[in-house]
Amino acid sequence: MLIKCPYCGPRPSEEFTILGDASVRRPTSNDPATMDQWFDYVYLRDNPKGRYKEYWHHGGGCRSWLVVDRDTQTHEIFGTQAARDATLAENKKGNS
Amino acid sequence: MRYSVFSLLKNSFSGHKNWAPAWREPQPKKEYDVIIVGGGGHGLATAYYLAKEHGITNVAVLEKGWLGSGNIGRNTTIIRSNYLLVGNNPFYEWSLKLWEGLEQDFNFNAMVSQRGVLNLYHSDPQRDAYARRGNAMRLDGVDSELLDREAVREMAPFLSFDNARFPIMGGLLQRRGGTVRHDGVAWGYARGADLRGVDIIQNCEVTGIRIENGKVQGVETNKGYIGCKKLGLAAAGNTGEVAAMAGMKLPIESHVLQAFVSEGIKPYLDTVITYGVGHFYVSQSDKGGLVFGGDLDGYNSYARRGNMPTVEHVIEAGVAMIPGIARIRVLRSWGGIMDMSMDGSPIIDKTHVDGLYLNCGWCYGGFKATPASGWCFAHTIAKNEAHALNAPYRLDRFRRGYMIDEKGVGATPNLH
Ligand SMILES: Cc1cc2nc3c(=O)[nH]c(=O)nc-3n(C[C@H](O)[C@H](O)[C@H](O)COP(=O)(O)OP(=O)(O)OC[C@H]3O[C@@H](n4cnc5c(N)ncnc54)[C@H](O)[C@@H]3O)c2cc1C
Ligand SMILES: [Zn+2]
Repeated sequence: MLIKCPYCGPRPSEEFTILGDASVRRPTSNDPATMDQWFDYVYLRDNPKGRYKEYWHHGGGCRSWLVVDRDTQTHEIFGTQAARDATLAENKKGNS
Repeated sequence: MRYSVFSLLKNSFSGHKNWAPAWREPQPKKEYDVIIVGGGGHGLATAYYLAKEHGITNVAVLEKGWLGSGNIGRNTTIIRSNYLLVGNNPFYEWSLKLWEGLEQDFNFNAMVSQRGVLNLYHSDPQRDAYARRGNAMRLDGVDSELLDREAVREMAPFLSFDNARFPIMGGLLQRRGGTVRHDGVAWGYARGADLRGVDIIQNCEVTGIRIENGKVQGVETNKGYIGCKKLGLAAAGNTGEVAAMAGMKLPIESHVLQAFVSEGIKPYLDTVITYGVGHFYVSQSDKGGLVFGGDLDGYNSYARRGNMPTVEHVIEAGVAMIPGIARIRVLRSWGGIMDMSMDGSPIIDKTHVDGLYLNCGWCYGGFKATPASGWCFAHTIAKNEAHALNAPYRLDRFRRGYMIDEKGVGATPNLH
């Protein structure tokens, strides 16, 4: 697998470490009433067969966090984005 | 027909042309008492024990491919019961006991071979950890022996004892562990279940689960709708997809694990050895090939094939442990999709839907569990409550904080 880092270009996957599902959102409250949200965030996963957005860290390169859009059935990679840009874009979508 | 030396003799006179098929190929009935989704080891064992232990024979096993096309036919065949944490040993030890009597029980040669499983240690802290694990096993009535370097050398002189960074200092040995012919397990359970009236339906993919008023009614399949009173899911790597049909989101991710077999060589390795530095485990098949594997590739996958970095990593670890295998050629490699759970332990439980039962989360150690998993799942389905042996494997343990995390790495499925 080749992952195209926005800063370093296409690099072999062994330079990267995967963290996992990029769709989960950390709850913002510590209120015990939000237990279900925490449970969901820590343990439950959609685990899709097909397109999947996930966090990878380019530890063997520029050390930035990326969001990789990949197919879990074919391993084809459709696109890569800096994690920061992905979140900013999503927040913007949420606000409009 | 019972398989025996007499049936073998009799059939040899007719040139082995008149053996009856080991199981029927029935068309699905309209309704069953129990349907099991997934004709892997666990699904077939469940059907077998439902019939044998609980007298429930109006059962169908629905398999989307052919029998043995999933992980049951892809694993590295290691069986053992060398766990540390409370809850695990009684279950895996029961599995090992079932393995010990299995071939007589289902009248099929599954080549259960208790050739021992040896885990190497390379440092003082690792020896302490293995001593602790060995003691925990003994407390649960499981056999274990802590070997020093010389005892290991006697068993396997070809290991790299004097590796400068990771010298081999000894090992934890479970003599009753070993290997089993994985296909034989699927076929034996299939035949045993079929003989007791279970319908095994291949090429039958479940595409939907019908639930009314919180109760299971049946399943949609590519062979039409089939009704059932109870439904057990044993879909291993595809569990996420199947459970989603019942509206469930699980603490499970699907990952690919690769395995390898070398060209056949003369008898060389008469036990199972695992490396204590990198993740590497190896045994020698009766055909002579070395069967080995290592870690997951690490990224979520449903592809049943992995990538080169893992191949390289596994082979490096292997050569570090047994330098002599460097010149052996790899014949084949393949992958299987693992249902990796959030604590590395399985789930055998009821669900929030009446009549729907769940068996999953086997990670890459579910082959050894096949008999006990089927046995406990059958009990859970028949009695509508968990057996004491699978009570720790509840689905709600994650919410309640009762994880069983042997490796101690937390909610990271790809690291278990
Ligand atoms: C490379 C590799 C090495 C391993 N090594 C070991 C080992 O040494 N020791 C050990 O203990 N374990 C090992 N394992 C793990 C072990 O093989 C699995 O945990 C175990 O086989 C899973 O249970 P199963 O046999 O029921 O799974 P499977 O055989 O995968 O059965 C699940 C079945 O469900 C079917 N299915 C899925 N979705 C549907 C649907 N919608 N409709 C109908 N059918 C469906 C699938 O086709 C499949 O046949 C290994 C696994 C792999 C891949
Ligand atoms: Zn980079």
